[in-house]
Amino acid sequence: MSERISDKRPWTFYALATLFGAYLLFLYGPMFVIYVLSFQGPNGGVTFPMVGTSVVWFQEVFQPGQMANIPVSFQRSLSLAAVVSVLTVVISVAAGLGFRRRFPGSGALFYLAVASLVMPSLLVGFGIGLGFQFLGWQPSLFTSALGAQLTWTLPFGLFAMFAVVNRFNRSWEEAATDLGASAWQRLRYVTIPILLPGIIGVAMGAFTLSYDEYARTTLTIGPKNTLPLEIYALISSATSPTLFAIGTLTTGVSFGAILVSLLLVLRMQRRRGRLDHDRLSVTQA
Amino acid sequence: MSTTGLISDLPIGLKKTGSITPKRRSTRLPPWMVSWFQVGPLALILTVLFALPTTLFLIVSFYDYDRVGIYPAFMLDNYRELLTTPATWRVYASSLRFAFIVWAITLFLGFNIAYFLIFHIRSGVMRTVLFLLCAIPFWTSGIIRTIAWIPFLGRNGAFNQMLMGLGVTSHPLDFLLFSDFAVIITYVHLFTLLMVGPIANSLSKIDPALMEAARDAGASRWRTMTDIVIPLSKTGITLGSILVFTQVMGDYFVVRQMSGGQSASIVSMLSTEIQAMQYPPASANAMVLVIFVAILVGVMMKVVDVRKELVK
Repeated sequence: MSERISDKRPWTFYALATLFGAYLLFLYGPMFVIYVLSFQGPNGGVTFPMVGTSVVWFQEVFQPGQMANIPVSFQRSLSLAAVVSVLTVVISVAAGLGFRRRFPGSGALFYLAVASLVMPSLLVGFGIGLGFQFLGWQPSLFTSALGAQLTWTLPFGLFAMFAVVNRFNRSWEEAATDLGASAWQRLRYVTIPILLPGIIGVAMGAFTLSYDEYARTTLTIGPKNTLPLEIYALISSATSPTLFAIGTLTTGVSFGAILVSLLLVLRMQRRRGRLDHDRLSVTQA
Repeated sequence: MSTTGLISDLPIGLKKTGSITPKRRSTRLPPWMVSWFQVGPLALILTVLFALPTTLFLIVSFYDYDRVGIYPAFMLDNYRELLTTPATWRVYASSLRFAFIVWAITLFLGFNIAYFLIFHIRSGVMRTVLFLLCAIPFWTSGIIRTIAWIPFLGRNGAFNQMLMGLGVTSHPLDFLLFSDFAVIITYVHLFTLLMVGPIANSLSKIDPALMEAARDAGASRWRTMTDIVIPLSKTGITLGSILVFTQVMGDYFVVRQMSGGQSASIVSMLSTEIQAMQYPPASANAMVLVIFVAILVGVMMKVVDVRKELVK
């Protein structure tokens, strides 16, 4: 470990750090441009130069307009994403645990999940939309659109759970059983707490995938649009800095959410560390 | 098991699988049946919402149609028409070319970024923060992230202004926007994280002691890389490659928006047919794309047995 602990960094560190920095610039460069342009003056357009500065475009976002109703579609997207996220966590965590043993049909189910993940998104929506049409059902937010999104978030959740479960040591569960825990207690007090960081990751990932989903949803949504579909409608009708204002707002909200969750995790870690410390001092005494 | 920590840190391939399936003393159900209950909901949803609809458009792809409706039939005309149109082949060739270029770039970027984050960043908190920095733009709609390039790359865009300010060029560059260049840049912007995630996951399972041993045995940095790091991260590389490839092949929006009408994508061609309610030819088109993607993914998964590495 000498080289990792000593302070002298190999040249590759600097090369890769530069590459990483360049990637971040590449990632944020265009985003930064839209943050600036979202403060475009009322007479300005979607490109430079800036014609004064204003918050007109932000006000526009919150007003239900003729072209698009951003606030309502935003609520729809949030509630859909929340439902998708909860279902994905419950179903894929259970499946991830189930896949730890070989069972008849495990191979078939694995490849079904892979196929569902790599299927071009629009085609999933096409198939489900076609099915609804054949059955004479009306597509809507919490039926066909929810279903179409699950075909994407569930395989994602399953694969993420493989990564999480791989690091899980089964002897902890065995120990719990040996100490007399019931199957439910074992799950509740041992398995889930240990897997929790991974589970939170799955929940956040599923939420993001759903919240931003366009191609699967467009043919299955019915008459009431989610936010990405509204944005798409905005693009095809008229381009105004309103789009950039939406971008700025969503990034601001995500930054806030991430900061809060980071602080929570840090606090949790500190508390856990203190508990461990207390326990140690008790045993020593 | 006092060595549990050590064993769980080893790359999966080296783990003894025998120790992982313990005998339960008091289970009423056989283990495989417990597994069935656990995977049941997943199997049900994927069957109803994925397998059935796919079968449905497989059937519809053989149907007959006219301006009024679609009619049950078994004919291959939809396929014949599709496969004898030069435009189809052109679109497939152009999509494949995009997919290949984007794959190469994202693989290079993704691997190096993942390597940097896993092996060069020492503090866990710092690593989390840097990961989050990579992920934050993904909370902004992909559509907005795509069109964000327009004011950046345009004639009067930020990039041209910068180049002219630096004196690199005297007149704005035109090829930047609404071109293949713009399409590739946007894909790389959207999809690099899909490569970073799986590769970082693979890399994090490599015991650093293994690399140290290689160094002590006199291996060069490059040898360590090609003989240890890359083979042990091939699951992540394969998964990332599959994701990037299929995302590009299934793209609907980027080519339409960023190529300025110079290129088309397979799916946007298909969506035109769907909007015209020509379901049978759209279904045939969809089936061809599905088979194409299936073969691509099948080949990649043949090279690396992802299943064996992921599920023990």
